Amino acid sequence: MLRYIIRRLLIAIPVVLLVILATFVLVHAMPGGPFDAVGMKAMPEHIKIVLERRYGLDKPLYEQFARYVFNILKGDFGPMFRQPSQTVRDIIEQTFPISIQLGLTSIVVGFVLGIPIGIIAALNHNSLLDYIVTFTAVLFRSIPPIVMAPLLIYVFAVQLDWFPVAFWGAHPPFFLGFIPKLNGEYISHAFLPVFAMGTGMAAGIARLTRAGLLDVLSSDYIRTARAKGLRERTVIVVHALKNSLIPVVTVLGPLIAGLITGSFVIELMFAINGMGRRFVTSIGQREYFLQTSLVLLYGLILIGANLLVDVMYAWVDPRIRYD
Amino acid sequence: MSPEKQLEKLVNDENPEQYGQGRSPMQDAYREFRRNIIAVAGVIFIIGILLTATFAPFLSPYGFAQQNTLNNRAKPFTGYDITEEYAEENCHWYNTPLEWGCTTFIAGSDALGRDLWSRMVYGTRVSLAVAFVASGVSVIIGLTYGTIAGFAGGRVDNIMMRVVDFLYAVPTLPIIIMMTVYFKALARRGVTTGFMGTLIYLNKSTGGLLFVFVAIGALNWLGMARQARGQVLSYKEKEFVEAARAIGAKDGHIITKHLIPNIIGPLLILESMAIPGYIYTEAVLSLISLGVDPPTPSWGAMINEGYSTLRSNPHLVMFPGVALTLTTLAFNFMGDGLRDAFDARLRGRKL
Repeated sequence: MLRYIIRRLLIAIPVVLLVILATFVLVHAMPGGPFDAVGMKAMPEHIKIVLERRYGLDKPLYEQFARYVFNILKGDFGPMFRQPSQTVRDIIEQTFPISIQLGLTSIVVGFVLGIPIGIIAALNHNSLLDYIVTFTAVLFRSIPPIVMAPLLIYVFAVQLDWFPVAFWGAHPPFFLGFIPKLNGEYISHAFLPVFAMGTGMAAGIARLTRAGLLDVLSSDYIRTARAKGLRERTVIVVHALKNSLIPVVTVLGPLIAGLITGSFVIELMFAINGMGRRFVTSIGQREYFLQTSLVLLYGLILIGANLLVDVMYAWVDPRIRYD
Repeated sequence: MSPEKQLEKLVNDENPEQYGQGRSPMQDAYREFRRNIIAVAGVIFIIGILLTATFAPFLSPYGFAQQNTLNNRAKPFTGYDITEEYAEENCHWYNTPLEWGCTTFIAGSDALGRDLWSRMVYGTRVSLAVAFVASGVSVIIGLTYGTIAGFAGGRVDNIMMRVVDFLYAVPTLPIIIMMTVYFKALARRGVTTGFMGTLIYLNKSTGGLLFVFVAIGALNWLGMARQARGQVLSYKEKEFVEAARAIGAKDGHIITKHLIPNIIGPLLILESMAIPGYIYTEAVLSLISLGVDPPTPSWGAMINEGYSTLRSNPHLVMFPGVALTLTTLAFNFMGDGLRDAFDARLRGRKL
């Protein structure tokens, strides 16, 4: 297993390099530069030349790229053009933990809600409860976050005034770099965004858990377990549950990828200073280093998530061997 | 009369329209689907949206870009403050039984005084175009790629699938966003020559939809390619393919006449379940102003426009939001129903 993980990580290196290269070429190919001052008075030519030399933008592109990659290895992600007092690394350090908190809390909520609901629905197959759960799951799966977020804000923040509308309730320093203090401030700020992101996920997980458990419950080895005279609870918890989670694990990868997508909608609408919002607000500017670094970070998250899913897959399904 | 004949008669008397013939798997699935009320409701809703999109000019009192700046941000079911001549000149419903729509905002009006109902009606065109064109693009690319890989096998298959694995690890959406920004920047520069110029012209004439199609198509063919390859692998060893090869059929003939007809059904069902995702992706792109170009109405763009005044004018967000949700729901119901119907058929065959 360890060898497999190492091999996967080695394969990831060219992927990451290609992602950086593609983004780097794309942002540099865009018409206009960071010092063209869109919407303001045009910058005098001689000042522009000096500034470009200061940031190394006058060098040939391959040299800039090589230097950028080399600097990343040293932990330097490059400068910000519009906010010279900060570097890209500062921005990442501010926004990345917040996005991770939002995403992880949503995943936890999705699983904590989704799996028990799915199990209950499957154990009461074809009962009224089952129908209600199935229908609610489809309903929540169908309300996109882009609709859920304004709805929640309007009802619970504007009309009822139960929760704050915007911003994020956790402040650095974080435990281990990203785990926030679970106090009232954090929960009140996180409740609505996590609800908007987590319910759709819980619905999807509940549906898969239900289908997986129903499938497993009709298999022969469960009949054997029952025939042995095991208690129903033992049959479900020890024998059925782990196998029924295989389909749930297979969608984990797409789920995490979707979370990256989803998070910038949520961050935009709830005005949370996360990575996704930062990425979207920078697209109109020519912050070469910020944009490339954020795409790189997204790539790393995706690779990590896929690897995690494959490892978990081998864990829940021992028939799978990676060698 | 023998017992077998009696049984056949019994069965056929129940289904007189199929007297003398068995039911094909397709008919079985169709029956199963028809029994699923929710799925049928989804299909009916989608047909309704299709009709709405087709007859949009007749279902909307005003044009989607028509401004009436004295009446901006009107609440739903409030009256216009316009002259009779204006209504007569601009309203499609003037002198019809629906004339009240010419003087009343059914769903209110947006910040520029455009009739929200009219924009929502035209917005169906964008969502449906994305749903069908994007899934078409995804199926065509994925099916071609996967079929070639699966049929060729060996080293070609290995290399082609490594490429897919490789692309799976690329964070497509951020890169798509960067590409869209690049295209839009070129379009603003007014590039008119060469390949890019043609693309930009096409994009402009579709109201900015071309880039949305490209973005979504580039995102979503990977899964389809994997599925198609898997299906081809399982079918190409079957006896009927062997038989076709034995009588000297060429590869192209086997692929187009024997393999694709067999695998296309399950792939289309899979694709129908991806449609809500496409509609959502368009809405997200429009939300961050990278989707359709104004004034083309898209539900995502309308949510974006109305979102800044959520407190005072929630209807600007809620109407397109409800439309988006109902459409997603309908496609989900249809997809789930299709899957259940065909799954039941497979189960039935196994038993």
